[in-house]
Amino acid sequence: MTSSRTAFAAILGKDLRAELRTLQSLPAMALFAITSFVIFRFGLNRTHLDGSLAAGVLWATLLFAAVLGINRLFVAEREEGGFDAIRLAPIDRSVLFTAKVAALIVYLVALELIAVPIFVLFFLSSAASLPPLIIVLLLADIGLACTGTLISSMAVNSRARDLLVPLVLLPLVVPLMIAATAATEPLMLLGGVSYHRFGTWLIVLGLYDLIFALLGYAVFDFLLED
Amino acid sequence: MPPDQEPAIKLVGLRRVYGDRAALDGLDLEVAKGSSLVVLGPNGAGKTTLIRILATLLRPTGGEVRVLDCKLPDEAWKLRGKIGYLGHEPLLYRDLTGRENLRFHAKLHGITGARAESRIEELLTAVNLAHRGDERTYEFSAGMRQRLAICRCVLHQPELLLLDEPDSNLDIEGREIARMLIGPGLGHTRVVVTHDPDRYLPEADQVLRLTIDEKAAAVR
Repeated sequence: MTSSRTAFAAILGKDLRAELRTLQSLPAMALFAITSFVIFRFGLNRTHLDGSLAAGVLWATLLFAAVLGINRLFVAEREEGGFDAIRLAPIDRSVLFTAKVAALIVYLVALELIAVPIFVLFFLSSAASLPPLIIVLLLADIGLACTGTLISSMAVNSRARDLLVPLVLLPLVVPLMIAATAATEPLMLLGGVSYHRFGTWLIVLGLYDLIFALLGYAVFDFLLED
Repeated sequence: MPPDQEPAIKLVGLRRVYGDRAALDGLDLEVAKGSSLVVLGPNGAGKTTLIRILATLLRPTGGEVRVLDCKLPDEAWKLRGKIGYLGHEPLLYRDLTGRENLRFHAKLHGITGARAESRIEELLTAVNLAHRGDERTYEFSAGMRQRLAICRCVLHQPELLLLDEPDSNLDIEGREIARMLIGPGLGHTRVVVTHDPDRYLPEADQVLRLTIDEKAAAVR
C-alpha cells in the first residue's frame, strides 16, 4: 500500500501544476468576483458599505465565484481517466478527497488574495477588519472545499453537471454562509471593528467544517465505486 | 491444490448485469499463472466488462471471482498494485508531459526518487519516446499516447496484465515495441481482449469466446 502522504502530494501536485499551465479555473473565478464588485458598486450606487450589506456582498460574490471552480474540480479525472487510474492504485481512496479539498482551498485562497483587497478598495473605508476576516475566510474556505468536493465528485458523471453542482451545493452551504456573514458583519461596522458574538460564529464555522470533512472522508470511497 | 498451483484467475458463475441486460451470465474460467488468455467476441459480448471486473473497476453482480489469490470485490484493495491495466482510455493527463504523467503514476504505486526516474527513462527509451518525454501529451499522436499508456501499464512491474485491444492506434513498429513490454514470455499472466485473432491466437494458452445472449464458451 502506497503511503497516503505520497499519494496526497502526487494528486495535489498534479492538480496545481495542471491549473498553473491551463488557468482553467482561477482566472474565471477572479474575473467573476471583480465583475460582481463593479456591478454592486454601480448597482447599489454606493462607494461605501458596512455591516450586514458589506458582509452579504462579499460572501455572495465569493460563493458564486467558488462554484465556478467547484464545477471543474473533477473534470480532468472524468475526461482523462484519472478516476480509473486512482482506483487501480494501491492507495486509500479517501486521499483523493483530501487532495481535492486541499486543491480547492488553494484556489479559494488565491481567489481571495485578489478579490478581498479589491472589495476593501471599492467598499470599505479602512482595512482594519482584514486580520480577523482572514480567520473567517479560512474557516469558510475549509467548509466550502469539503462540501464542494463532495458534491462535485457526485455530479461529475452527470451530463447536467453545471446545473447539478449549484442546485445541490447551494442549499447545503446555507448554514456556512449564515455563519460566515454573521461573523463578518461586526468586523465591518461603520463605527469600527466589533467582536460581538464573533467567537460563537467561528465555533459554528468550525463545527460545519468538521461535519463535512468527516462526512466526505467517510463516504468518498463509496462514491468512487462503479 | 498447493498454493503455488492456484490459478491466477478463477471465475465460478460470474454474472454482471446492467439494468435488465446481462453482460456476463454464468461465466466459469480458470487461468494458470504465467499463461495468456485471449478473449474474443463481437461488440457488446461483455469483453470489456470482464476485464474491468478483473481490474477491480467493476463489481460483479453474482458468482465467485478470485484473482491472484484475492477474492473480489472484498479483497480488491490487496490486488490493486499487482495489476497492469490497459483499457480504451490511456489514463494520461493531457496537460502533463509524458514524464510527469509517468512520475504521477509511479508515486501512486509508491515508486519515488531515483528508482522512479530510472524506471521512467528505461520505459521511455524502450518505446522511443525519451526525446518527446517533456512535451505535454495533448501534443502526442494517438499512437504515441498508446505507447505511453503501455509504459504506465507496466511501470510498477505488475504480475497480471489486463489488456483491452492493446494494439489500438499502433503502427507496425509500435506493435513490435508493445510486444517487448507486454508480450508473452515475460513472466506475466495476461488477459488480452482483441478483435485481431490472427495476431493473438498463436500466442494464446487459452481462448475464451464470448457471445451475445449465450453463455460464454471456453474454446480451448
